[in-house]
Amino acid sequence: MAVKLDKVDVVVVGTGWAGGVVSAELSKAGYKVIALERGKNVIRADYIGVKDELRYTNRYEMMQNLAPETITSRNYLDEIALPVRTRQEMMVGTDLGGGSVHWAGATYRWKPYDFEIRSKTIERYGKDKIPEGMAIQDWGITYDEMEKYYDRWEKTAGTSGEPDPIGDKRSSDYPNPPMKESPAVRLFKDTTKKMGYHPYQVASGNLSKAYTNPDGEKMGQCMFCSFCTQYGCDFGAKSDPLVTVIPTAMKTGNFEVRTGAYVRRVLYSGGKATGVLYVDTMTGEEFEQPADVVVLAAFTFTNNRLLMLSNIGQPYNPNTRKGVIGRNFNGQFGITFLGARGYFKNKKFNYYMGAGALGGTLSDFAGDNFDHSKLDFINGGGIELRQYGDGAIATNHVPKGTPKWGPEFKKNSIFYANRSLVVWYTSATMSWWHNFTDLDPTYKDIYNDPLLRITNRYTDQDRNIAKFGIEKSREIMKAMGADIIDEDEVPQEFDHVYSGGHYAGGVIMGADPATSAVNNYLQMWDVDNLFVVGGSAFPQFAGHHPTATIGALGYRAAEGIEHYLKNGGQLAKGKQGGTSA
Amino acid sequence: MTDKPKETNESRRQFIKNTGLVAGGLVGGTLFGGLLTNQFQKKPEIQDVKNISGGLQEARVFINRARDFDILSAATERIFPKDDLGPGAIELSVPYFIDKQLASEWGTNAKEYMKGPFISDIKEAGNHNVQRRQDSQGPNSGTQIPTPSPRYHTILNRGEMFTLGLRKMDEVAQKEFGKGFVELDPDKQDEVLHMFEEDKVEMKGVGSSNFFHLLLQTTIEGAYADPVYGGNKDMMGWKMKEYPGPQMGYLDKIGEEKFIKMEPTNLRNYQGH
Ligand SMILES: Cc1cc2nc3c(=O)[nH]c(=O)nc-3n(C[C@H](O)[C@H](O)[C@H](O)COP(=O)(O)OP(=O)(O)OC[C@H]3O[C@@H](n4cnc5c(N)ncnc54)[C@H](O)[C@@H]3O)c2cc1C
Ligand code: SF4
Repeated sequence: MAVKLDKVDVVVVGTGWAGGVVSAELSKAGYKVIALERGKNVIRADYIGVKDELRYTNRYEMMQNLAPETITSRNYLDEIALPVRTRQEMMVGTDLGGGSVHWAGATYRWKPYDFEIRSKTIERYGKDKIPEGMAIQDWGITYDEMEKYYDRWEKTAGTSGEPDPIGDKRSSDYPNPPMKESPAVRLFKDTTKKMGYHPYQVASGNLSKAYTNPDGEKMGQCMFCSFCTQYGCDFGAKSDPLVTVIPTAMKTGNFEVRTGAYVRRVLYSGGKATGVLYVDTMTGEEFEQPADVVVLAAFTFTNNRLLMLSNIGQPYNPNTRKGVIGRNFNGQFGITFLGARGYFKNKKFNYYMGAGALGGTLSDFAGDNFDHSKLDFINGGGIELRQYGDGAIATNHVPKGTPKWGPEFKKNSIFYANRSLVVWYTSATMSWWHNFTDLDPTYKDIYNDPLLRITNRYTDQDRNIAKFGIEKSREIMKAMGADIIDEDEVPQEFDHVYSGGHYAGGVIMGADPATSAVNNYLQMWDVDNLFVVGGSAFPQFAGHHPTATIGALGYRAAEGIEHYLKNGGQLAKGKQGGTSA
Repeated sequence: MTDKPKETNESRRQFIKNTGLVAGGLVGGTLFGGLLTNQFQKKPEIQDVKNISGGLQEARVFINRARDFDILSAATERIFPKDDLGPGAIELSVPYFIDKQLASEWGTNAKEYMKGPFISDIKEAGNHNVQRRQDSQGPNSGTQIPTPSPRYHTILNRGEMFTLGLRKMDEVAQKEFGKGFVELDPDKQDEVLHMFEEDKVEMKGVGSSNFFHLLLQTTIEGAYADPVYGGNKDMMGWKMKEYPGPQMGYLDKIGEEKFIKMEPTNLRNYQGH
């Protein structure tokens, strides 16, 4: 029997940006908040002096341990899904702060077009532009409504950046100036400017100077130490939940976080969530944590899975295309971030230096910034050149035609170690009726609960947008003066590799309860005291990195939860007869 | 293979002599012969070994049979050979690196999902992504090792895969060329490796290209990982690449146009600061 604990106002599952923002806001407002995190407790000191490429980049030290739990994956409805077994094939955050600690920090707002994609596409190009089976939806919220939440999150995170010259309305500048430029970034920006585009510096969670955020949290200045993506910051200079929202929640005295707490169920009765059931992973003991409000902020996979395991909401059925939990699985996979790699025979870059979000970008081919009338896809993506600061194991890029091993490989990989750059297209991913999540009939986690099953395949939309991006990247690389240019190949099919942490959907937000699981406060339509926060709410994926939007949605949800705690009830009116695929 | 077998062969012999790591192959190839060779070579080479190992005494901690280790050494050297740029896999101590990795939680798949059922059609599932090069795809490609990533679908952990794979290499060498892998000429060794790479070898429980992928990945890792793991001896891998190792940061250098070559440092020094 599970030990029943004392009731609190709010229980939050997951401690990344989504769970962290909600925890900070509600504990600041005086509510008693408990956060449950399956991973271990970490503090800043855990990241000091651990600049070890093998351990973090190649052995995925900070990623989820897959031995107890993973997902299964397949392309088509009639296939047997196989488990994604290794961390090389699947990167999901764990430990205090989640994937929001080892993120790179590239920070983008999504566009007005993204939030109203269905209406705006039809408005500009007509209904036929959206192919049969493409399940894109409006979010039930507009960019103008989201703006203040973006602004709040950027200030909390201390985002360092400059406005996109062709970007959307902002109520204020980024709280910190952009990062320093490196020669590679400069080359990208100078070249693309000459080509008539509008490059600017990627806004970053790597801080351009020391900063104190509105909650009083202090962050350091980024050292460009290059051990950034997939690492915790050695200097407290990357905006992550460990240096921002978690300490903010802690100092209110209203917040407690329990690590090693693996949540297995949302407890549910009489149309209300009553709390959650979790296992202490150190002892195996089960606990029941009752709460007035339950917040799932445990990343896309767990958010989907917990609702299904708890029998909450109508599961999506791909055959009838009805039901809401699991629909519109989306994200950025191997087919996104394709582009062109350039090799420079006579130019060397200090490519071992860098920071997770150091880079140049342009949005001339993002969203609906360019005319799609004659194009065989919708939406777009950012074009980026990033300088992560590559380790020695990672810098083995060789021109096509070089053998993969042996003397010639060795020679070329050493010669080009600091002589190759890549420009890529961060293309958007549209949702389809055939991409969804449900519970796997075969494979189970360590507690004998079914794993989450992903059914996902690429479409012509994905392949066409990728081809377009590769072509643009190649043109830019050519203008940058590369001697050899290798284009990425467009894969035919999804390869079941979940690297990069950009997977979303399944518990999507919208205006119509028939086609969305949560309203625009991230509150479940049919369970007033259950909020599901994070990328799981994205009805489709925009052509930019997701985390700023997840942070902003965290603030939106926190506002909603406060309303609910004060007044109760459903916070939005559902529109009927909205959109469906 | 087109790369001057004779020269390579000679340089291979040269460092085998220098490091005294590879038993067998030169004198008859028996275990006894190998040990003898080692015994005899060690004495005059002690100075060298010490220099190379930085005082660290290497020994096998995962691979039991010396013969398996010799095959591993010879194979990694073909993947990352010594040349005028600098040392190859053996001199970098890559075989010891791999041996240690196989004994680690990575080698035992401690953090991977290893529950069944495992589907039996390995060709179908096991090698699904064999053509996917990680440096050319995906949100994180900038930080990945450029080796293909086969879909992992076997009950075997990586250590078991290596044990099987190394012995299979010897078997294939015998069958195709009438000699053990270590005794083959380098170009014949390459042929055997290519057979694995191209999945032309039948292995039990795993596709041969999966094994080859692991061998390739770990060889590259061993050449360039921090020396604390036993490879990249004396940071010679980093020196070839002009890679400076873990540094505090580059705040004052990030804007510089000129290539900056630094004396590399490593985790031991970095953490000791
Ligand atoms: C290598 C890498 C680089 C990235 N770089 C960028 C970037 O540059 N820009 C960008 O915008 N995005 C980036 N991302 C994506 C970014 O990390 C995510 O969008 C973000 O962290 C999601 O925040 P979250 O709060 O929703 O989830 P997370 O931060 O992942 O937090 C979820 C938490 O829930 C916990 N949890 C899950 N299941 C359970 C359970 N059953 N019980 C208890 N706890 C549970 C997890 O352990 C985790 O701590 C990157 C991702 C990766 C992997
Ligand atoms: S690059 Fe900057 S933000 Fe990233 S880990 Fe280093 S100091 Fe921290």
